[in-house]
Amino acid sequence: MRRPGAAARARPEIVPVKSHHSVAGQFGWQVISFVFFFGAWELAGRWPISAAFPPFSQTLLALGEMIADGSLARAYASTLQPLVIGIALCGIAGVGFGIAMGLSRTVEWLTLPIFIILQAAPMAAIIPLITYLYGIGLTAKVLAVVFLAAPVIVMNSYKGIRNTNPSLIQMCRAFLGTRRQEVLKIILPYAAALIFTGLRLGLAMGFIGVVIAELLITPTGIGDLITYNSSVAEYPRMFATIASLVAVAALTLNGLERVERALFPPEIRGT
Amino acid sequence: MMLSVRKIPVVFSLVIWAAVWEIVGRAGLSTIIPPLSRIVTAAVTVLPTEKFATAALISLRSFALGMAFALIIGIPLGILMARVRGLGRILGMWVNIFVSAPISALVPILMSVVGIGETTVVVTVFLFAVFVIVLDTQVGVAHADRSLVEMARSFGARRHQIYAKVLILSALPEILAGVRLGAIRGVKGVVIGQLLVAIIGVGELFDLYSQYFLMEEFWALVLIVFLFAFAVSEAIAAIERRVEYYASAR
Amino acid sequence: MTMPDDTIVEVRGVGKLYEGGVEALRGVTLAFPRGRLSTLLGPSGCGKTTLLKIIAGLIRPNAGEIRVNGRRVEGPGPERAFVFQDFALLPWASVLRNVAFGLELRGVPPEQRHEIARRQIAEVGLGGFESSYPNQLSGGMKQRVGLARALAVDADIILMDEPFSSVDEQTRRKFQEDLLDLLEHRRKTVIFVTHSIEEAAYLSDQIVLLSPRPGTVSRIIRPEIERGKGPDEIRRDRRYLDTVDEIWQILKQYVA
Repeated sequence: MRRPGAAARARPEIVPVKSHHSVAGQFGWQVISFVFFFGAWELAGRWPISAAFPPFSQTLLALGEMIADGSLARAYASTLQPLVIGIALCGIAGVGFGIAMGLSRTVEWLTLPIFIILQAAPMAAIIPLITYLYGIGLTAKVLAVVFLAAPVIVMNSYKGIRNTNPSLIQMCRAFLGTRRQEVLKIILPYAAALIFTGLRLGLAMGFIGVVIAELLITPTGIGDLITYNSSVAEYPRMFATIASLVAVAALTLNGLERVERALFPPEIRGT
Repeated sequence: MMLSVRKIPVVFSLVIWAAVWEIVGRAGLSTIIPPLSRIVTAAVTVLPTEKFATAALISLRSFALGMAFALIIGIPLGILMARVRGLGRILGMWVNIFVSAPISALVPILMSVVGIGETTVVVTVFLFAVFVIVLDTQVGVAHADRSLVEMARSFGARRHQIYAKVLILSALPEILAGVRLGAIRGVKGVVIGQLLVAIIGVGELFDLYSQYFLMEEFWALVLIVFLFAFAVSEAIAAIERRVEYYASAR
Repeated sequence: MTMPDDTIVEVRGVGKLYEGGVEALRGVTLAFPRGRLSTLLGPSGCGKTTLLKIIAGLIRPNAGEIRVNGRRVEGPGPERAFVFQDFALLPWASVLRNVAFGLELRGVPPEQRHEIARRQIAEVGLGGFESSYPNQLSGGMKQRVGLARALAVDADIILMDEPFSSVDEQTRRKFQEDLLDLLEHRRKTVIFVTHSIEEAAYLSDQIVLLSPRPGTVSRIIRPEIERGKGPDEIRRDRRYLDTVDEIWQILKQYVA
């Protein structure tokens, strides 16, 4: 392992992950970061190793073309459909189930071991079966999203409920709160932040699920763009599609993280 | 009901689910759900076959190689990113993007660049696992107890001693947490990679069984893979618990 | 030991055995006089907090019973209010809502409960912080919010579980003085858990010394320090110093 460079030698103390820098400074670093990454990509693409690895500039051009001819927008419209439906289903049923698991010892006893196993399990293995059962339609893709996203959503809701500060529950009881008040005024507000986190992580899993579904089950939407452009060796277009998907996922999840921090700042979420 | 339930060990609920599965399977409610006993029998017959052994070997090898690269590259990179400010800034954003990005979308790229084969799966495992390892290592080292570092320096520790004796050990709980999450993702990476590549390892078997509608074998394979994933994550969690005592001391 | 005539809380033969076989309390019998401040004092692990929570009705004893005003305790009641060691404030609620929370749970309409809460906030010296959130307050201020919440429900008995344990020494002293001041006007009965000998001697009309696990009543001391004097004089008072010494002589034997 190489020793850290001159920057660290001059400043041996620990560098905090989030330092308080001016917005301009942060922006500057972001620009450097983009230039570094895309520069490396451009160089790697121009290196004559693989014809299947286009440089950044060509990919960007292809992206522009695909935005202009509307093919990208059409693909997203079709891909986002199962994702949104799947996450909405999980948001209602999964969160509800996680809350029930957290509130009822019986439900917890019955289902916790299953969800602990499912959370670590590669749920994608089920996808061939889903295809077999539901064919290649929307249902199959929605199910793929649900299967991948549900465990983390259920477990986070459950953890949110169970991690409620026991002292607050005792306080509620000491001041004559009913069980109903305990749930509505203490436990659910306390769990809200973790439930939201679970939905965000579930969405991240959902992105993975919908991509696998479109690559494995039916080439539609983004999956179709990837598969088609790969088969006709239009590599810049394929890269552009995948890069746009990573960007869309990153921006969405990052945006949700910001919303989460605004809704539940660390000092208020109590966790 | 509530009190009585709490006294029974929680794994027994799995017995109930197994019984439910058996009953549903025997009732023939759905063609895709054979009775659990027949799945177990299938598992017992599938396990010693050469086809399974080959598939398992390829899958384990891909997993082990991918994880090894993820550890060898991920942990040092995380430490460097925490210690070298510029590097942390330049790479931090990309690590954050890829830690939650749908890595599965990158598999087609690998298939066209690296080729359709085992290497693709190894790289998939690596990509699934590495980012969370980098991120957790970075956070662990950056949050390592400052006063411990100052203590070490006041006693004349040299730079490599500070790394070996203070920083890495101090960040060990976070590093291990990252490794556990990385391993869980790595298992998912093997399965997803092989499913998409579709001609090697357990991915090939999954494809085969579902195409020929061998439901008992299919579920047997699902159970084996799930149990493997669970065992890997529990094994690392056990190591984590052993170092937890000093995580709580901070 | 003589029973005071006007007893508000009676503890009769209380024992508590936790799951796992830890015996926290055994055969504790006690009486708490109305309108007085009593402390439960003892080494850590002597079950003082357990006893306080049994009196609050938050924990059920395995043996014995608690009577408040002659009535058997089956759970928390409106005549008792609890002040928590870790404050137990809702992190997402303002000081005003936190103080009014006990009344909110009782269904008191917002205008009325906020008015009561504002008065209590002023009384504990937090006027102007009504719309602050707990994370913006120091430990001492948080505990004042906890006290105001207990005062707002207008219970006769206030149960305080090591309320100053996470508060720095200066704040602690100031708070102790304010507490005595407050109690003088209000005729509340206070039962106070602490592990500080000085705090017990300074505050209490009655000190209950508990032995280590299983907790039993080891001694009851009534310091009978004149309360009319200022705080600094009390801290130099012979009776105060003798009480501190007497307690230390007893507790010393429990220190391994």
